[in-house]
Amino acid sequence: MKPLAILISLLAAAVPGAAALAHAFLDHSLPAVGGTVPAAPKEVLMFFTQQIEPAFSAATLSGADGQPIATPAASIDPQNPMALVLKLPPLAPGHYKVSWHVVSVDTHRTEGTFSFDIQP
Amino acid sequence: MQLMRFSALAAAFAAPSFLAPSPVHAHGFAGERFFPATLLTDDPFVADEMSAPTLTLDPKAADGSQTFGLDFDLSKRLTPDTGITLSQGWQHLKVPGMPEVTGLRGFSTELDWQFFTNGPHEATAMVGLHSSWAHTGRVQALGADDFTTLSPLLDFGKGFGDLPDSLPWLRPIAVTGNLSLDVPTKTESAGNLHPNNFNYGFAFEYSLEYLQHHVKDVGLAPPFDHMVPLVEVSFSTALNRDQAGQTIGTIQPGVIWSRQYVQIGAEAIIPATRQTGHGYGGLVQLHFYLDDIFPNSFGVPLFGGK
Repeated sequence: MKPLAILISLLAAAVPGAAALAHAFLDHSLPAVGGTVPAAPKEVLMFFTQQIEPAFSAATLSGADGQPIATPAASIDPQNPMALVLKLPPLAPGHYKVSWHVVSVDTHRTEGTFSFDIQP
Repeated sequence: MQLMRFSALAAAFAAPSFLAPSPVHAHGFAGERFFPATLLTDDPFVADEMSAPTLTLDPKAADGSQTFGLDFDLSKRLTPDTGITLSQGWQHLKVPGMPEVTGLRGFSTELDWQFFTNGPHEATAMVGLHSSWAHTGRVQALGADDFTTLSPLLDFGKGFGDLPDSLPWLRPIAVTGNLSLDVPTKTESAGNLHPNNFNYGFAFEYSLEYLQHHVKDVGLAPPFDHMVPLVEVSFSTALNRDQAGQTIGTIQPGVIWSRQYVQIGAEAIIPATRQTGHGYGGLVQLHFYLDDIFPNSFGVPLFGGK
């Protein structure tokens, strides 16, 4: 017990000084996850819980049939290093899915998908 | 990370108290599914994490005794898909008509190999060997084992995010499970027979984090958008010797809240069989994600990089 207790004490003491780095989780997006918008958006904005690495972060768009839709490469919002921007081509009303993967600045990788709908 | 634990009943049953090799993310990820570290049952993944502490007040056992436990678990990845867990605990035992006793539980270790991960289907599986070691706790005073028990195990997890979009409210569901077999190295000691036990447990989770951030933004605000309500169940059935066929187990509803570096969990403990005991108990746990707290040192596998 004693060595383990000492180790745990050392780790616990170090926690407050740990760097603010961790897995990047999606916090919210515009359009909203699972949401419906009245008109085609020009971009999808994804806000994460951590800063992300531009070189290893990306997003893609697919339609209701699952086929990929060509978009410019996703990029980091210059105003917000925790946000990923996916510019969209003109989209018709329908159901769309966004797939993203990001690497936080401490190199942890996370991924996810979400859908949104454009009203007819 | 804990193997199914029935500390109050250990004396009765001698039960132990506790990605395709695609990118391994530590934590408990399979694709976009995040599995929190469950409190009663074992997690189906290897990770760098620490439960410090887990406070447990067990329900009263069939003989009226009751235990309070203070446990610590430390898990470390050896390679990206293998890991080891060290577990130790302190116990306070109150037996009607007897002096109260405190001391160490037995020390246990677990070696695991996460051999399967399927991201698109949010599935993961792991095999391992849990060992509770002889003479590492207070044998006579607290009933800690004077023999070693080896328990080969299979753990698995499955998220249901791969269900069609037409079933949005079912997609946050995930199930994890454990199967293990206790093999005591002594069949008898101090006049007690030690059976082989078959242990099985499941955790049924509904991830509000998954709902809010992967399925539909329903407007959940902190702290609710990072909660996972769950029900854990765990049973142990003696297969032979004088306890053959007897089953003990608990049902534990609760909730886990997790953020970047830490999670907090709390569960009620409800005995599931008469032999398990009566009344209610509870546990709370503070759990640290060491891979995020120490991303460039302790949070990296010893061999094989991130």
